Amino acid sequence: MSEAGAAAVSARDVTKSFGRGGVTALERVDLDVQPGELVSLIGPSGCGKSTLLRIIGDLIEPTSGEVIVNGKSAHRARLDHDYGIVFQDPVLYDWRTVSQNISLPLEMLRWDKRHRTERVREMLELVELEGFEAHHPWQLSGGMQQRVSIARALSFDPALLLMDEPFGALDEMTRERLNMELLRIWEASGSTIVFVTHSIAEAVFLSTRVVVMSARPGRIAGIVDVDLPQPRSAETREQPRFFELVTEVRERLAAGGADRITAAALAEEEH
Amino acid sequence: MQPVPAAALGARLGRRLQDWTPAAAVFVLALLAWQGLVTAFHVQAFLLPKPTEIAQAFWENFGTLWSAGLTTFEEALGGFAIGSSLGVLAALALARWRRVGSAFMPYAIAANAIPIIAFAPITNNWFGLLNPVSKMVIAAVLCFFPVLVNTLRGLTSVHPSSIELMRSYAGGQVSVFRWVRVPSSLPYLFSGLKVASVLSMIGAIVGEYFGGPIDALGVLILNDSQLFNFPRAWAGIVLASAFGIAFYAAVATLEHLTTSWHPSSRTFRSE
Repeated sequence: MSEAGAAAVSARDVTKSFGRGGVTALERVDLDVQPGELVSLIGPSGCGKSTLLRIIGDLIEPTSGEVIVNGKSAHRARLDHDYGIVFQDPVLYDWRTVSQNISLPLEMLRWDKRHRTERVREMLELVELEGFEAHHPWQLSGGMQQRVSIARALSFDPALLLMDEPFGALDEMTRERLNMELLRIWEASGSTIVFVTHSIAEAVFLSTRVVVMSARPGRIAGIVDVDLPQPRSAETREQPRFFELVTEVRERLAAGGADRITAAALAEEEH
Repeated sequence: MQPVPAAALGARLGRRLQDWTPAAAVFVLALLAWQGLVTAFHVQAFLLPKPTEIAQAFWENFGTLWSAGLTTFEEALGGFAIGSSLGVLAALALARWRRVGSAFMPYAIAANAIPIIAFAPITNNWFGLLNPVSKMVIAAVLCFFPVLVNTLRGLTSVHPSSIELMRSYAGGQVSVFRWVRVPSSLPYLFSGLKVASVLSMIGAIVGEYFGGPIDALGVLILNDSQLFNFPRAWAGIVLASAFGIAFYAAVATLEHLTTSWHPSSRTFRSE
């Protein structure tokens, strides 16, 4: 349907309501994500950012509207394994070792064993977990578990990575370290990332663009282009431009969802 | 598993022994108290024989007892195998077709409350007093429910994100069962099997109380107590308990071998 070389993700007029005449989670959302971009979706709870991510991943269906992923319907893209997904909870399987967790999608895709072993080793290297391949998930820290989850999502080399508040449950220090790692992985893998977060600083630091959403009904309140130089580093967080962008995102949030910005999102900015 | 150095193995064995010392002490003290009290108060043998008398009866009748024990254990094992297999199959079906599950579960729970051993005279009538199947059926029905209920709980208590993850890999119901539900239900299955192992011995023996081959523990215990040969009846009870404990231990060992990944056995790995 869409022209060649088009957007990695293209949402047109996407509306989602739950229940019969119930809550409208998303209303007429339009969004384009170009290949290689890292786009954050940010907004107060209930703004439908996770819903939008799940619609892109064809895990739930929109009530109306259309989503194109890699030039095909979101449904086709899911069946073609066009994306990997990382949830807030790492969703690792306790009965599998770190290596076996990473190779799970490869087993489902019937890769042969040698090919799998090699790929798992590359992934362990990418997320810097060499030496932990025989550990079980419950023997790892929360940050390490989330790195396994990222390695698993990237193991079959999908063009698109969907991340639903992946670092939301981690402490601030671990989160900042994983932000750096994610940027390194993003650069190394060349994938497109759609990243849901409720941290303004995280969104600005990571993204090429920040999509600010407002609640009830969920809408796009504005898009902030992040013109911070690449590659980002720890110093990025200290640049005046970083603070300007943080302020811009915050103001858009306030304009869109007004007072409904979660206390958590604001508290995080105090650091 | 990594090889364990001899010194560490010795230390671990030593700790095991220490762990077991209190239990062994209680066992010996209880036997001594039993012997002492029965001797001191001149309790008659038909009420409660001395442990030494039971031990003597056990020793003198070992051949008869052992052969009867094997007969009973075979019935128990057969019933266990039939009942547990059907329990697992039913759980898989009920987990797969929730509608069917919600239609049948109330009856399964109600049926669980039926004193199943009350059916022993009926099954003896159906399959014949001397046919081991008549006892296996009682044991099987006793095993069925705990295995069904536990396995079903295991199959259905799966994190929703686990299922979303499978969907993101284009996996359907079969994948969800193969990669998630079945492996995560194993610890639950084993708690069901452990209960069933004990119940199967009870089922077989109670079945035999209503009539069976002369060479079976239930019949032997019943006859001996009617003939006032109480030490041998008690020796039969001891052997029945030994079979029950050994069966339970065998299932527990199998559990340990197959679910050593489970966090509940983490002490096993973290030395």
